[in-house]
Parts: sequence; structure tokens; C-alpha cells
Amino acid sequence: MSAIAEKRARAKAARAARAKTGRRPGLTRGGYNRRESLAGFLFISPWILGFLIFTVGAMVYSLVISFSYYDLATNTARPAGLANYELLFEEPKVMLALSNTLFFAVMSVPAQIVVALGLAMLLNQLGRGSGFFRTVFYLPKMTPSVATAAVFLLLLNGNQGAINQALSAIGIDGPQWLIDPAWIKPSIVLMGLWTVSGTMIIFLAALKNVPRDLYEVSSIDGAGKVRQFFSITLPMISNAMIFNVIVLSIAALQTFDEAYLLFHRDAVNAAPEASLFYAIYLFQQAFRQFNFGFAAAMAWLLFVIIMLITIVQVRVSKKFVYYEGDNR
Amino acid sequence: MSTTNARSGVGMSPVTAAVGVELTQRKYPKRRGKWYRPSTLIGKVLLWASVIGLTWVFMYPFIWLISASLKPRGDVFNNQIIPDTIQWSNYLEVWERLPLLAWTSNSVIIAVLAAGLVTVSSSLVAFGFAYFRFPGRNIIFGVVLATMMLPGAVTMVPVYLIWNELGFVGTTVPLWGMNLFGSAFYIFLQRQFLLGLPREIFEAARVDGVGYMGLFWRIAFPLSIPSFIIVFIFEFQASWNNLQAPLIYLNFGSVDQFTVPLGISYSMTLFSPTAGGQGDYQYVMVAALLVTLPMLIIFAFAQRYFIEGLATQARKG
Repeated sequence: MSAIAEKRARAKAARAARAKTGRRPGLTRGGYNRRESLAGFLFISPWILGFLIFTVGAMVYSLVISFSYYDLATNTARPAGLANYELLFEEPKVMLALSNTLFFAVMSVPAQIVVALGLAMLLNQLGRGSGFFRTVFYLPKMTPSVATAAVFLLLLNGNQGAINQALSAIGIDGPQWLIDPAWIKPSIVLMGLWTVSGTMIIFLAALKNVPRDLYEVSSIDGAGKVRQFFSITLPMISNAMIFNVIVLSIAALQTFDEAYLLFHRDAVNAAPEASLFYAIYLFQQAFRQFNFGFAAAMAWLLFVIIMLITIVQVRVSKKFVYYEGDNR
Repeated sequence: MSTTNARSGVGMSPVTAAVGVELTQRKYPKRRGKWYRPSTLIGKVLLWASVIGLTWVFMYPFIWLISASLKPRGDVFNNQIIPDTIQWSNYLEVWERLPLLAWTSNSVIIAVLAAGLVTVSSSLVAFGFAYFRFPGRNIIFGVVLATMMLPGAVTMVPVYLIWNELGFVGTTVPLWGMNLFGSAFYIFLQRQFLLGLPREIFEAARVDGVGYMGLFWRIAFPLSIPSFIIVFIFEFQASWNNLQAPLIYLNFGSVDQFTVPLGISYSMTLFSPTAGGQGDYQYVMVAALLVTLPMLIIFAFAQRYFIEGLATQARKG
């Protein structure tokens, strides 16, 4: 049979089928084409497989482990009941790590937001030539955290570091950044500020979308720069603001690289308590002490805390965020 | 401040409402800026001075790094921008003092595998979401987006145990294996891109008898090269800079198995003068410079893609 005749025959059969069921052939009840649906599922199947194993599977597994003692040598778990969760409240280092991390986040997130927004507004003022400086400010973000830490370990040195030298040039006696417990977290905040440009780029994109005429019109109206900032700029970039706050908060609560490289890299010397971040302690418990059950319980506590903070941030932001198309 | 006598008493928030009418009726007041405004000369000088000052602050660690990498052992900490003696031999000796060649090749292999695999797998999944209609599609896509919010620390332990069970701990497989299954942000990014292509291209190909796989390989794949580049360089950077995963999966056994970040972390301890090490910190500086350079070069050529990718990240939020 020729191809054309074959097609005709198939079309005829299809018409007959439609007459019988009232539906187009090959369509399921929802109006989906069966072949197309199957192909779609096949295309997304890699993700579904990964999701089932490394997300759902892993989370269920994690929950099971958190209620057991895991023995790595034999790959067996024996039930522990609530022991691991009770230990969360009994082990003082958990609370220490948690308060260190929250304190750090409270310092770090606002500092990064302010600096990133300041830089973005500065670049926005530049007009031509801003491309070059945007590149300059972005380069630290490209630097691997090991290189950043290797350099800042020396820049922040209390006795001969460049930062304290610069401070003494203007008459300030710089602190022992990496030794004095009170200055350990500010040191890491400072390193974070050097790599703040990812946040800056998002602010810059938002600032570019604020219509110019709003500023012109309002200045005719007698609004000063400060008033314009609070009444136009901030509301107009509130979407970018809440995005940055949430992303930075989640990242701050999981801070690992910098603290590890500066303070915990060396297993021989004891690290200062002020540098014990939650992710560091979790890592140590899991992959140095092999207390997987306890580590899994710690991970769940962190998960709950991050979710709560994110939910609060989203709720609060709903009150302030300006969506385009609102009350116009 | 502009010299307005007829202020619209409505305040600022509905800025345009009253003013739009007023503008046509009132004589446009001449704008006189204050001295610090960017429009005035002093304002311009201040603006550029602060930008140049900040440039110095942001560039200083790089300059310091380059300078320290060229100094002899005793001078590394002296903060001089131009070293008294320039010791080019650091750049040769570092390859003998540290297994940097092995680390670099490990890092390159892992990063290329990780980036290549996640680009192709995410693209397949993205095409599935962008082109096909199937029951539950939007719900499943919502789940994809939701997984982006999941903090990595939560699955760190069980994922390790899964790889351990499979016998892959101590190999590089856990550092790229999960990329076979696509990654939420990249799926989102590539789906956005595919949705921007006119659907008629695909319909026309269907009429010509092209199968679904053909639609992907012969049409979607070549057309979405721009989004591939974004995904590839993002993942390459993430893999190249990653410290935690190599710490978990490779930090035992042979030093030759390390990646560059893990190796530098190791040599920071080895050469640190404070931890009873050998004190040859200039080699750490050379290695730190070498691990940074590829990223700076990639950025020089692909800056546009980084900025674009970041902007997408923010829009989804």
C-alpha cells in the first residue's frame, strides 16, 4: 500500500472511532494526546528519577536515620528513638553553633543589602562607563572561596595585615580580626562584602527598570533625594529586595566555606568557639565523627529554622512589596 | 530643591496622579541642583572619586595576591605592592612542591563532566515541560521550582549514605553524578528560553514527519545554544569553586585525588607558618592565583551570560 493510501485508511478509521466515542482518537479524558503525554513524561523522566532518589528518597532516608544510630562500618542502623533530637537540646555546642550562625546572619544580611544597594545606585548614576566598573565589582564574585580565604587570612592578620595597616594610617588601632572572638564574625562579614556583587547586579537590574520620569516629576513636586529614595526607589525595587533578603538569609544560615577555611581547616589546633557555625558543626558531626543520626537530626532542625524564617520574610514582605499593576 | 510654589498637597505616593495635569498648566520650573548632585561639576568629581576609590578597594586583594605570589619566602606578608625582589621561580617550583597538575586535571574533568551533563539533562527536561502537554505538568513543574528552595544541608547526610551504599565514596562520581538528572534552576532557565521560541517551528517539523526526539536534537538543541552557554558556565563555576563536596567525598586517601580548592585548603595548612607548617606561603598564593585565573578569563568572555543568568534568577523570585 502506498503511503498516501495508508494515511487515508488511518484517517477513515479515526473518523469511525470518533463517531463511536465522541472524542478525537488517541486523546485521554482530559483532552491529552496519549503519545504526546508519554513522550513528555519520558523527556522529564531524568528529573523525576533524580527527584525520587536524591530529594524524596534522601529526605525520607534522612528522617529514618535521624531516629537511629548509624554504624558506617557495617552500614546498619539501630533504632535510637528520640535520642538524637533530645541531644540537640542537651549538647551545648548545638546552641552555640546556632546562636553564632543567627548572630552572623543578623549582621551579614543587612550589611550586604546596604552595600550592594549602595554600589548599584552608584553604578546607576554613572551612565556611560558603568559597564567597566560593573565588571570590576563583579570580579570578586568569580573568585573561588579558597583563593578569597587564602588572601584574607593574611589581609586580616592582626599584626601585619594590610587592613590594619590601612586603619593605622588613619589613626585607628585595628583589632585582632581572626583571634579576638568579638571580631571573628565581622571578619567573615567583611569577606562577604567583598563578594557582594551578585546581589548588586540584581539591584542594578531592578534600578534600571524604575521609570526615570517618576524622579523628574517628583522633584518638580519638591521631593528631595532622601524622600525620592524612600518613596520611589525602595518601593519600586521591593521585589528585588525581598528576593535578595531571602537568598542571602538562606546562604548566611548555611555559611561554611569561609569559616572552614579560616578556622576549621586544621584539625590539630582547636578553633575558636566564636567561629563554630551550624554548617561547620553539622559537617564535623557527620563526616569527621560519623554521627550520622545526630547530624541528620541537626539538618532537620536547620531545615525547620530556614523554612520558618523564609515564611516570615515572605509574609512580612507581602505588606511592602509593590507589584507592577497594583493600585494604578 | 526645585522652586515650587504650587505644591500638590497629596504627598508623594501617587506621584503622577495630580502632577500629570499640573505640568501642562504650570510654568516648568528651572531645575537647580545642589552642589552634590551628579549633574554639577563637584558632584561629578565626588561620584568619580568614590567609584575609583571603590575600584581600588575591590581590586586590592587581586593586586595583593599577584604581588605576594611573586615574592620570596620572607617577604610574602610585607604588603608591598611592588616586591623588592621578584621571584618568578615560584611559578615553576609550585608544580614540584604541590601536585597541582593532578589537582587541576581532576578539577577540569569534574567541572566539564558536571557542566556538560547538567546542560544536556536539564535541557531534555526543560523541553519536556516546554513543548508537551501532559496531565499534571504544571503541578510537577511547581515541584521542580519548589526544590530550589530546599537547603542543601538537609540532604547532605543521606545523599552521602546513598553514594556510600553504591560504593562511590572516594571517587569523583558523587561530584557530578547527580547532574545526570537535571537541576531545578537550569530546567527553569532553559524552559523559559524554549518557551520564547515560536511554536510554529516545531509544528512545521512535525508536519514534515520529524519525531519527538528529532524535535529536540535537530531543532530545540541547536536553537537553545545561548541558554546552554549560561547553564554550562554557571555549573562550571559552581563545580570549579566547590569546596564542601570534595571535602566530603575525596578528603582521604591520596592527595593526588584532590581538586584544586581542596588542594589549596590542604596546602594552606601545610605551608601556614602559624600551624607549624613549612611557611612557604608564596606557593599557596601562586596556587590561589591559578585557581582564580580560569574564572576571570571565562568571565571576560562570557560576562553577558552571567549577568543574564543572574537576572533570570531574580525574576523567578
